[in-house]
Amino acid sequence: MAEAQGGRSLVVDAVTHRYPSGALAVENINLDIKGGEIIALLGPSGCGKTTLLRIIAGFIAQTQGRIIIGDDIVDTLPPNRRAVGIVFQNYALFPHLSISENVAYGLAARGIDKATRQREAQRLLDLVQLPTMSERLPRQLSGGQQQRVALARALAIKPSILLLDEPFAALDKNLRLDMQIEVKRLQRVSGITTLIVTHDQEEALSMADRVAVLSQGKLEQFGSPSDVYDRPQTLFVNTFVGASNRMPGVVVSADRTAAKVRLDAGAEIIARPASGALTEGGRVTVCIRPEHLQFVGDETGFAGVVGMSLPLGATVVHEVTTADGSGVKISQARIGETRTLESGAAVRLAPLAPSLANAFPTTL
Amino acid sequence: MGAAPASRDVTSYGMGLAVPLALFFLVFFVAPLLQLLWLSLHNDTAALHWGLGQYLHFLTDPFSLSVLGSTLLLGAEVTAVCLVLGFPIAWLYQRVGPRLQTIIILIVLLPLLTSVVVRTFAWIVILGRQGIINATLQSLGIINTPLKLLYTQFGVVIALAQVQMPLMTLPLITALSRIDSNLDDASCSLGAGSWRTFFKIVLPLSLPGVIAGCTLTYAAAITAFITQSLIGGGQMLFMPMYLYQQASTLQNWPFASAISIIFLLAVLAVVSVFTTLGRMSRGYGGA
Ligand SMILES: Nc1ncnc2c1ncn2[C@@H]1O[C@H](COP(=O)(O)OP(=O)(O)OP(=O)(O)O)[C@@H](O)[C@H]1O
Ligand SMILES: [Mg+2]
Repeated sequence: MAEAQGGRSLVVDAVTHRYPSGALAVENINLDIKGGEIIALLGPSGCGKTTLLRIIAGFIAQTQGRIIIGDDIVDTLPPNRRAVGIVFQNYALFPHLSISENVAYGLAARGIDKATRQREAQRLLDLVQLPTMSERLPRQLSGGQQQRVALARALAIKPSILLLDEPFAALDKNLRLDMQIEVKRLQRVSGITTLIVTHDQEEALSMADRVAVLSQGKLEQFGSPSDVYDRPQTLFVNTFVGASNRMPGVVVSADRTAAKVRLDAGAEIIARPASGALTEGGRVTVCIRPEHLQFVGDETGFAGVVGMSLPLGATVVHEVTTADGSGVKISQARIGETRTLESGAAVRLAPLAPSLANAFPTTL
Repeated sequence: MGAAPASRDVTSYGMGLAVPLALFFLVFFVAPLLQLLWLSLHNDTAALHWGLGQYLHFLTDPFSLSVLGSTLLLGAEVTAVCLVLGFPIAWLYQRVGPRLQTIIILIVLLPLLTSVVVRTFAWIVILGRQGIINATLQSLGIINTPLKLLYTQFGVVIALAQVQMPLMTLPLITALSRIDSNLDDASCSLGAGSWRTFFKIVLPLSLPGVIAGCTLTYAAAITAFITQSLIGGGQMLFMPMYLYQQASTLQNWPFASAISIIFLLAVLAVVSVFTTLGRMSRGYGGA
């Protein structure tokens, strides 16, 4: 039973894909995924997530590179022989087949007898908590229920890899959270190596063991959620995953672990060289998350004028305009009577700690 | 999809817009039809004596019945040929690039762009004793005496199939293009081969198109007066020509009217079988 097995490893080895139209959708992607891991493919629309998923499933033959599942190079195998389960973004349930026929479809294709098929379909429907829906047609189910059926159908073939393409995009917020928990539970039970495509960073960070961040077909970073969030390796990752203020500046002095940067906004701060060594005098972009800034009373940090204050429930966000005219957001936890500052108030801001400001060389 | 309630809403305030067409139908379709019915209920050519004699004559005359039977059979044969040849074209259309799609559509539509008479004469040239097929086969030494292709059932079926092909292919293309291509992929990733995917997924979901195509092709094939008479020649008699002879040559209007009414009812019966099948299959595909 797949539920007991460990799940097979998946290696994406230097995969590049160029569509016949000439579009370079995926460029030299390397992923080394261990058996049983949950991986999130995170990136903005059009960055090549679906393309990569379809390459792994075998619907698209990549222009270059290899896909290795377990010990097998699967590049020459058609999709129906890869044992890769896929849940499509629109579920793609067979509209003319009942729910249990949908779930049993893959078993029928494997020539398994009808009684076993029905028993297995029922077991999977129990697993996804839809035990009473087996005779209905897909359109008689809600979106979230259809999604669970799609999941059960993919699990029925005991796939060695499970691929989910934006599985929760069509669900409302509460249902999405339920389904995220559900999928994670099922994945833990079955131990199937799982790849989830998403452009929702919270989803990626909360569900995955590791997150692969893609941008324009390239892999920007592949690491644990805290790596990606706390130690972003590129400017793109820093700004795409979580909100971040971008402040331009010039490197005053730098070694491997810290750099002193003169911000255009008018202060010298210590920042972490996030993507390798920085050269003195070079222009950099410093990224500081709104929650990593603080108001300071002394002469450290940089000056600014409060523009707008947004009390957002648990946090209060102030928008501050700095000396060079750029806007910076600062977010504070609302503890008791956190004061909101008047528009026009002069303030000074500084990072909470030097390690929380990331400096990236400005390319251009 | 919520197609049913939506279309109901549309018709509820669209009734007024249908009035001109309804009037047109009343004057040029319903009125002549009633006149036809009236005429057919007379026993003599002068239409003076009421009676069911014309119908009795038709239904007890083996010759008339055989004409009706061969016409309905002809329709079935043409429909079958169109379906068998048209489905692969429609299927291919879904799987090729945009340039090839344009070419396929052009080939499919081409018959509609030339007159039926021209197309039928082209078939006479192809099928004749000294026609393209016989000439080719003879020059290759495959046959010695020319095959009889023209004025045969085979010839009529082939020519009609070509002439009516768009009526089959276009609904099929529409039906196939409405099938989510992810369903193919889903089926394949679940371990099904191409044949299983075709028979379990593509074919059932394209059934509404198959039925629409069959209905149109069938109705067009059995009423195709020109092609039937030119390719069939004098030897083969089908209902439209039979009717024409009775009305025009023999001036037996009441009998001709009875033939029309019987033919009409026979066609309606066949078409309603198709539509019933269609309604049953509409259980599918709505999602
Ligand atoms: N069939 C195709 N032919 C040509 N180019 C394509 C094709 N499919 C996708 N592309 C291009 O490849 C790039 C990657 O597309 P892909 O569908 O993989 O993006 P994605 O990351 O899944 O985006 P989204 O989040 O919007 O689903 C895009 O620039 C897209 O325009
Ligand atoms: Mg996509």
